[in-house]
Amino acid sequence: METLFGIDYPTLWFLVVGGLFSGYAILDGFDFGAGAWHLFFKKEENRRIALNAIGPVWDGNEVWLVIGGGALFAGFPVMYATFLSSMYVPFMLFLVFIIFRAIAIEFRGKEPMKWWRQTWDVCYSVSSITLAFLLGVVLGNVIQGIAIGPEYSYEEAGFFEFLNPYALITGVTTLSLFMTHGAIYLLLKTEGRLFAKMKFLLRGGIIFFIISFTVMSIYTLLFIPHLTDDFKETPILFIVPILTFLSVANVPRLANKKKYGQAFAFTSLTISLLLVQVAIEVYPKLLFSTVDPMYDLDIYNSAASDKSLGMMLIMVAIGTPLVLSYTFFVYKTFSGKVQLDETSY
Amino acid sequence: MDTEILARIQFAFTIAFHYIYPPLSIGLGLIMVIFESLYIRTKNEKYHTLAKFWTKIFALTFGIGVVTGIVMEFEFGTNWATYSRYVGDVFGSALAAEGIFAFALESGFLGVLLFGWNRVKPWVHLVSTMGVFFGSMFSAVWIVIANSWQQTPAGYHVVGEGLNARAEITDFWAMVFNPSSVDRLSHVWLGAFLSGAFLVLSVHAYYLVKGRYVEISKTAFKIALVVATIFSLGQLLTGHHSADGVAINQPAKLAALEGHFEAEAAADMYILGWVNKEEQSVTGIKVPGGLSFLLHQDFETPVTGLNAFPEDERPPQVNAVFQFYHIMVAIGMTLIGLSLLGCFYWWKGKLFETKWLLTAFIFAALLPQIANQAGWFAAEMGRQPWVVYGLLRTSEAFSQAVSANQIMFSLILFFFVYLLLFILFVYLLDKKIKHGPYDETLVDDRPNTQGIMDAIKA
Ligand code: HDD
Ligand code: HEM
Ligand code: HEM
Repeated sequence: METLFGIDYPTLWFLVVGGLFSGYAILDGFDFGAGAWHLFFKKEENRRIALNAIGPVWDGNEVWLVIGGGALFAGFPVMYATFLSSMYVPFMLFLVFIIFRAIAIEFRGKEPMKWWRQTWDVCYSVSSITLAFLLGVVLGNVIQGIAIGPEYSYEEAGFFEFLNPYALITGVTTLSLFMTHGAIYLLLKTEGRLFAKMKFLLRGGIIFFIISFTVMSIYTLLFIPHLTDDFKETPILFIVPILTFLSVANVPRLANKKKYGQAFAFTSLTISLLLVQVAIEVYPKLLFSTVDPMYDLDIYNSAASDKSLGMMLIMVAIGTPLVLSYTFFVYKTFSGKVQLDETSY
Repeated sequence: MDTEILARIQFAFTIAFHYIYPPLSIGLGLIMVIFESLYIRTKNEKYHTLAKFWTKIFALTFGIGVVTGIVMEFEFGTNWATYSRYVGDVFGSALAAEGIFAFALESGFLGVLLFGWNRVKPWVHLVSTMGVFFGSMFSAVWIVIANSWQQTPAGYHVVGEGLNARAEITDFWAMVFNPSSVDRLSHVWLGAFLSGAFLVLSVHAYYLVKGRYVEISKTAFKIALVVATIFSLGQLLTGHHSADGVAINQPAKLAALEGHFEAEAAADMYILGWVNKEEQSVTGIKVPGGLSFLLHQDFETPVTGLNAFPEDERPPQVNAVFQFYHIMVAIGMTLIGLSLLGCFYWWKGKLFETKWLLTAFIFAALLPQIANQAGWFAAEMGRQPWVVYGLLRTSEAFSQAVSANQIMFSLILFFFVYLLLFILFVYLLDKKIKHGPYDETLVDDRPNTQGIMDAIKA
């Protein structure tokens, strides 16, 4: 097996995919979060400002999902195929809501009628909430494992099998985290009355997050024993959950001191630390079989060939600086508080 | 209905819908780059107005293209799991390259293209427009390479057996430059340019016929006519190359395209026709030996026909493949004819007085769209019963983990969502066209006042 800096290719690719998905969660996370608060704003003007806060960037943020999906397909085709086909219904719903959210953003401003805008506003907010929740649900299923049998078969117990209790809890936690994250993003982008309102809403978001996060942590410790194994073997890894807790605690502290830029950095950090924790818990597995561990998918039995992984690592090395430079350029062009003009949504 | 057929219907429906939009975005991207470059060179406001106007329409096609594309990306895993495991090594890398090099470029600059008119310098804006345009061109590159690989696999070896069999890359560049990718990519690109150019022609022909925005429409029409002429002629060339390639690499598909049954005989070329698969006959208007001539420059040379292949290696829907192919070719010829007529009347100085021709251009916007769809249907149905030509059958490729009910559920869901999307698209497109290129109605461009204004000036 080929290696780079002593790390084998599948592990490197595991890091790439993980990096892409946490990038996606941080970026589209604040879009979903902002969308989830949308109906809390009553005035047309405020809704427009909130929408245009994500206006120029949401499409670019969504590309991280596309790249992440492509990277998963490319690096771990067996995982991509098995996981998506087993989680058929949630993924189809996810795709439909991704469509609804995008068209709501695009079409809302195209007509002046009140009913038109209200309809798209509801559509936008409901889709954002559902998407955040579904992402969490899917993650919950990954952590917990699914019923994969021999030859990648999947014993479907029912249409809504994916909505099991643990997945519901992770779904709600993800939603609450994104709402906190999105609220801070909106604070960075707004002024005046809307800003004051957001400050109030942020407090609610933080409380919601802390409660659901606590419930989730307790549930994980009690009912999902296979996850804690890695931590028991390598106690140094406990540093990650500790850092996560510190990072979570830092958010309300910084928000109280009105340091919203830093608070945003810490919600972003929290999102990635939580994913790092998941990564440590599962690695080198990708998907646990609840039927029999012999059907587990791991990074070796589901990886593409070393040749292909090597090619793609080169592509990533060339592509990453490019992607980061466009991202930087766009965020710089639209930095600061939202200003509406005739090209806005 | 069983899982396989439902999965095929869902895939065909969602990809065909997706493919309404990317060609428009790629084609309009080209036109926007031309308008904006002319603006920077000449500083003439009219090019600026045109660039802004077409950017708004582009935003509409692009937005729908993106969301329907995301569906496609995940559908390989959800509905074609066995296929995805089989081709992951090859196909995944093309899809990942597409994400990193194409979509990121495109979507990164999109924000500046749409919202940056007042924020960045004109040349920075032009660079952003070009970023979006090249991004969309690259998207076509990788996805067409992936598709071409499954039409004409190269640069791989097969490892494992049964459900664990998979194609592994042995030579990346051989995979990228597989025997059909260059021909097909150029054909797809030109098809996209034609979609964009004919939409621009159509909208400005409509304004000219109505007597609105006359000056600016004349300019736009001429530019788009040049683009349309070059690429409709070019399309004949790339199409011919593709057909040559198909004859070598996928002889069964070629035989289906022309409804040629006899195993070894000179092959005719049909202008119009109807295939009867049971009787192995085609009725229609033909050029005897035409296909032999096109491929071998000789009317007598035999061409391999469908009967040379075992029953289970022939495309099952011969007539459909035949019809789609002939629709595309007929449209290709029509587009060439229309563009040349346009140029002819332009040369005679009568282009904008020739109402019937302008009216024909208004409707012609639909033709490249139909040809693009028909071309893909011919190429993809002609590939059956294989998903990966000669290696993996469609009947083995779908997801075993998904039930027919689940696909029925998603198919119905997509049907209604896409119907809604399409209605909204048509409604908003119509509205934007009626609204015209100017933000405010500062310029009163109605025919009667225009005439009076001109008279006063004179
Ligand atoms: C890279 C892959 C790829 C690309 C770029 C395309 N397709 Fe495709 N297509 C497939 C990969 C594929 C596939 C996954 O391989 C399918 C599914 C079942 C099958 O036989 O092939 C397929 C089937 C399929 C079918 C059904 C054929 C049948 O079941 O008889 C149609 C009508 C199309 N496609 C049409 C299109 C159109 C309009 C495209 C233009 C964008 C297109 N395809 C691009
Ligand atoms: C089954 C095959 C296909 C898949 C999986 C696919 C996937 C995608 C995805 C994921 C997006 C959204 C990207 C974003 O977020 O910006 C997209 C958009 C796009 N796709 Fe496709 N696509 C397919 C077929 C094609 C083909 C055949 C072409 C061109 C010839 C094409 C050209 C584009 C373009 C130009 C866009 C940008 C949006 C637009 O311009 O409408 N795609 N596609
Ligand atoms: C003018 C005469 C034309 C000829 C002789 C021609 C020939 C062909 C052939 C042989 C194929 C099948 C290639 C394969 O399966 O590998 C094809 C596919 C296709 N054609 Fe055409 N074509 C013509 C015009 C057009 C026009 C005008 C358009 C669109 C504006 C178009 C769009 C397409 C598309 C999108 C495909 C599917 C992609 C591909 O397989 O390359 N074609 N064409």
